[in-house]
Amino acid sequence: MNLETIKAEIEANVPGCRLQLVTNASPCAQHSLLLDAEHAVSVATYLRDAAGLRFDFCSNVTGIDWPQREVSEKVKVKKLVDGVETEVDEVKKTIVPGYLEAVYHLFSMELKHGPVTLRMCTQDRETQVHLPSLMYVWRSADLQEREIWDLYGIIFDGHHDLRRLLMWEGFVDHPMRRDYVDPDDFEYEPTAHDDVLRRAQLHAAETGGQ
Amino acid sequence: MSTTTYPTITLSPKPDESEVQLLEVSMGPQHPSTHGVFRMDVTMEGESVVKLKPVFGYLHRNHEKIAEQETYLGSMPYTDRLDYLCSLTNNWGYALAVEKLAGIAVPERAEYLRVIVGEMTRLQNHALLVGFLMQDMGSSGTPLMYAFREREKLLDLFEALTGARMMCNYMRFGGCRVDLPAGWLDQAKKVIAGFPKFLDEYEALLAGNEILMARTQGVGVLSKELAVSAGITGPMLRASGVNYDIRKVDKYSIYDRFSFRVPLGDHGDVYDRYMIRLLEMRETVKILQQAMEQIPEGPIMDPKTKVRNFRPKAGEAYGRIESPKGELGFYLVSDGSPVPYRYRVRPPSLVNLTVLEEMCLGHNVADVVVILGSVDIVLGEVDR
Repeated sequence: MNLETIKAEIEANVPGCRLQLVTNASPCAQHSLLLDAEHAVSVATYLRDAAGLRFDFCSNVTGIDWPQREVSEKVKVKKLVDGVETEVDEVKKTIVPGYLEAVYHLFSMELKHGPVTLRMCTQDRETQVHLPSLMYVWRSADLQEREIWDLYGIIFDGHHDLRRLLMWEGFVDHPMRRDYVDPDDFEYEPTAHDDVLRRAQLHAAETGGQ
Repeated sequence: MSTTTYPTITLSPKPDESEVQLLEVSMGPQHPSTHGVFRMDVTMEGESVVKLKPVFGYLHRNHEKIAEQETYLGSMPYTDRLDYLCSLTNNWGYALAVEKLAGIAVPERAEYLRVIVGEMTRLQNHALLVGFLMQDMGSSGTPLMYAFREREKLLDLFEALTGARMMCNYMRFGGCRVDLPAGWLDQAKKVIAGFPKFLDEYEALLAGNEILMARTQGVGVLSKELAVSAGITGPMLRASGVNYDIRKVDKYSIYDRFSFRVPLGDHGDVYDRYMIRLLEMRETVKILQQAMEQIPEGPIMDPKTKVRNFRPKAGEAYGRIESPKGELGFYLVSDGSPVPYRYRVRPPSLVNLTVLEEMCLGHNVADVVVILGSVDIVLGEVDR
């Protein structure tokens, strides 16, 4: 499947969608399509239902964390050196703001082709972390999107049950983020005994340890 | 647009609590039928299930985070611990993904070795599953021990080849770690030649058993459409009648050289899932016999692949294999450093549990145990 033709076909059939081809430099050349959040559900539905595509099987859903990073590239700048205009190499530093990414790998069980990789990006890593949920297009995204919320903190709008999957209820951070710091007491987990122990301490304090 | 209708996703209905008396039971995590540490919050009306919420994470150790702090090769022994019954196919899936990422070719003999150990893993996994499924149904002991007896023979072969029964750590990027020891192939041929006898015996013992049929037929039915939409893979998908086997679709490794059939079910119930495994074992025996006949001499490692300072170019790759439980995928993102920037395991066991609630609704609580048993999960992989 040529991703260029798929992209052109989606653009012709889903009005207003903005797609971007993301090239992959690795030898397997699995390129991907970057979707905009507004039209993601309609693009996904089109990919699932269109006769020649029929990507009915969403295999893998995962997140990637891209923290803010500094990219330095060499640029040639014309400068006046001792009154003569010469080209000088200068290192230009740009700051790429951080974002979170969700990646979907699609296959077709009916036509037996694939993979097509879809990506969606949040605006930043702190507050604008919303993406549309695709679990109503592919049910297989259900638990996997929950896992992404748990480990990366992307909020999937429209997901029916966005709870933590692997960490426990009441855990605050998102441990797969690059800047996550392990707590000192990483073995701590709330247990059913916590309340009992607290009451035992209270009782000991009241009775003076008797 | 095609006219195929997709199932509308129905979420668990909220029972009217004023009219019926509901009982909430927490099944697990410490219960032998959960095959590990897995919990289900089951709401029951009388004995029938009206709501079931699986609770994950009891065995979570953030495998993916650990792998992102480890070199590419350093994660190889840790993949053994994902689905700890099928360490060799886990190795294979990971090796395949890294080979895609770095563009490594695998020598022919190594591909044959991979097929042989991979299919043996499938045999022992399915044998174990049918044994445990019987155990879940209450036929205590005998069928499970029959299955264990056969599995032990295969594990002995793994031990002779890799040094470990279960944590094999056998594959490397661009090949396999060690070649076959002397006499291994003859012993393996003997074991595989005896395997159909075990299957005949097992089927004669159980396939027509009235209790087995009563407990499994029509129980936990999964429709074709829902199975595709929910990303179910492996024997569970094929029991629902979808012809999708990654060995046939992707033709990864050298699977296009072997002739084997893909058994399909038509009801999608627990009985079909049970029978699919038995039939798949027979096909696997065929693949093994062909592979052990054809295996050529030659190198088992790609000489150009670096062991130290292995740095794939920046990029990403998704590699997948047909593991005994379904599609085992590895998604790797490299930034050019010796450690993966992102390492993701696509666990078949977890995704196959997506529709557990739909399969269990309306059944008795004793059927939940059987339905969960027929999914074939290993918690090391579900929770990672």
